[in-house]
Amino acid sequence: MSYEFLVASAIGVLVAGGIFLALRARTFQVVLGLTLISYAVNLFLFASGRLVLNRPPIWDKAVSEYTDPLPQALVLTAIVITFGMTAFVVILALRSFLETGSDHVDGDRVPCDAQDGLADGLADGEGTEP
Amino acid sequence: MSLADHLPILPVAIPALAAPFALLVMRRRRALAVGIAFFACLAQLAVAMLLMERVSGGTILAYALGAWPAPFGIVLVADRLAALMLVLTAVLALIVLTHAVVTRADRKGWHFHPLFQFQLMGLNGAFLTGDLFNLFVFFEVLLIASYGLMLHGQGPARLKAGVQYVVVNLVGSALFLIALGMLYALTGTLNMADMGLRVRDIAPEDQGLLRIAALLLASVFALKAAVVPLHLWLPRTYAAATPAVAALFAIMTKVGVYSLIRVVPQVFGEGAGAAAWAPAPWLLPAALVSACVGFAGVLTARSLAEQAAYAVIGSTGTLLIAVAGWSGASLGAGLYYLVHSTLAGAALFLVADIAARRRGSFGDAASPGPAFAGRGVAALMFMAGAIATTGLPPLSGFIGKLLILQSVAALPNWGWAWSVILGTTFIGVIGFARAGSAVFWKTAEGSHAPPAPDTRLDLVAPALALACLAVLSAGAGIATAYADAAAAQVLAPADSAAAVLTEGPR
Repeated sequence: MSYEFLVASAIGVLVAGGIFLALRARTFQVVLGLTLISYAVNLFLFASGRLVLNRPPIWDKAVSEYTDPLPQALVLTAIVITFGMTAFVVILALRSFLETGSDHVDGDRVPCDAQDGLADGLADGEGTEP
Repeated sequence: MSLADHLPILPVAIPALAAPFALLVMRRRRALAVGIAFFACLAQLAVAMLLMERVSGGTILAYALGAWPAPFGIVLVADRLAALMLVLTAVLALIVLTHAVVTRADRKGWHFHPLFQFQLMGLNGAFLTGDLFNLFVFFEVLLIASYGLMLHGQGPARLKAGVQYVVVNLVGSALFLIALGMLYALTGTLNMADMGLRVRDIAPEDQGLLRIAALLLASVFALKAAVVPLHLWLPRTYAAATPAVAALFAIMTKVGVYSLIRVVPQVFGEGAGAAAWAPAPWLLPAALVSACVGFAGVLTARSLAEQAAYAVIGSTGTLLIAVAGWSGASLGAGLYYLVHSTLAGAALFLVADIAARRRGSFGDAASPGPAFAGRGVAALMFMAGAIATTGLPPLSGFIGKLLILQSVAALPNWGWAWSVILGTTFIGVIGFARAGSAVFWKTAEGSHAPPAPDTRLDLVAPALALACLAVLSAGAGIATAYADAAAAQVLAPADSAAAVLTEGPR
């Protein structure tokens, strides 16, 4: 089994899991799904410079074969942005849950069940202690 | 090089410097922060005007950041289209900032002015950059600032809409990165001009991948432009945002349209093999449906802000009908309509805010309420905004739609374009007339208006937006000539590639 097949199937599985989770109704699953998708995207960007082993990343006259350093810079940028955005989404989802008493992404006033730690009567944004 | 050669970086540098300064003085000396924000907006307008004056003759200014030569370093490219978008952004920013300060909307949170400047930085950067990955970065800058601005003022409805807005845009960013990765793997470059030259030499077995990348990239831009079926995030977000912020967001969908106009002819134009004009066949049907859905929403909206949000979708659809022709005449008409529809959309949001501020608990709901103070003026402004949006004479919407109808008549499928544009105009007129007569004409029995606001200065900003529309109609000759020239320049990417790629180290 080749290296390329391994990386490609890993990206595929991550995207599939990410899409499944991102389509769920609760914010926590959606955030996890987005994280999986962003992992897949980072792997994909990494592979866009071709998968090669044991090659120097910097061009040198003495070296005839080298690996492309640019995708690594792109991945770094992508990681920084997605990391920051994931943190922001987590805080936003938490604030939204605490203020509306529902963590459903579609935003309708679905009463929370007991597992959420919120009794039905309290699900109005007050008394949000777990 | 002289100082004047650094002009293209200023629209990015000015807000980038103003934002942290505004942040520093925000708590102690609010007046100073407001002063910084206004000064930065005025400076951006002046720089944008200067840039427009310099590129209006047809020169293309390429600015190599850090003096790294073009295909390897990042370049900013200022041409007619970029300068037009910069001027539009600066004018809109001034109007919106005036409204936010006068209505004290900027006092509902601490960080309005810094976020506002970062938003402008992202917008200006996206309009100027000549590098595809840099476009992604500026998209993120403007999106991150927009998340903050969208949540400005807080409240449960805003938070709920905010979660959806952020999640949708994160998925969009992931798709953008996948498309970028594919394009980089295929062409080995991220510079748009360079990529446009290299797509011609792609091996036949990779043509399928190139086509997928083109369509993926186009769908990301369509998501930003809120084209049906990717529009579902927009009405709720814009209706929930603070009205001044929603008025600024009127230009956010146009960023998606701008990116399509910029990238498709340059990278996926003639000679791009299987990807040549790949997004084009999809664009016209999507645009037609967007126009229908948008103006149908105008008819059924329950509040003035929601109506304005649907009007933004509808006018973006109308704009894309013109863009989908990809001919010089239709693109020129589209660019004129783009400027008009941005200002008209902003004016609608601002007028909705004026009504909401005076109607107390009735807000901007499209139902009869109290007879509030200043109803006549507000009604006239709403009527002017509605006339502009639907495209009735004498305002610039009429000229824009007329130009679009005239230019698409030469294209195949013109029957669809004509019937949709004319039909949606009719539906839009009915929708606006219905909402306007309910809010400004009828009075609910027994309802009392709250005391009139202490200032009537809040009428200034929407009046300014409408005045800009009047100027755009009066100066239609000059404006359309410029738009046509900009469209011709966009459709001749070889000149732009020559200007960008010969730019050596300085």
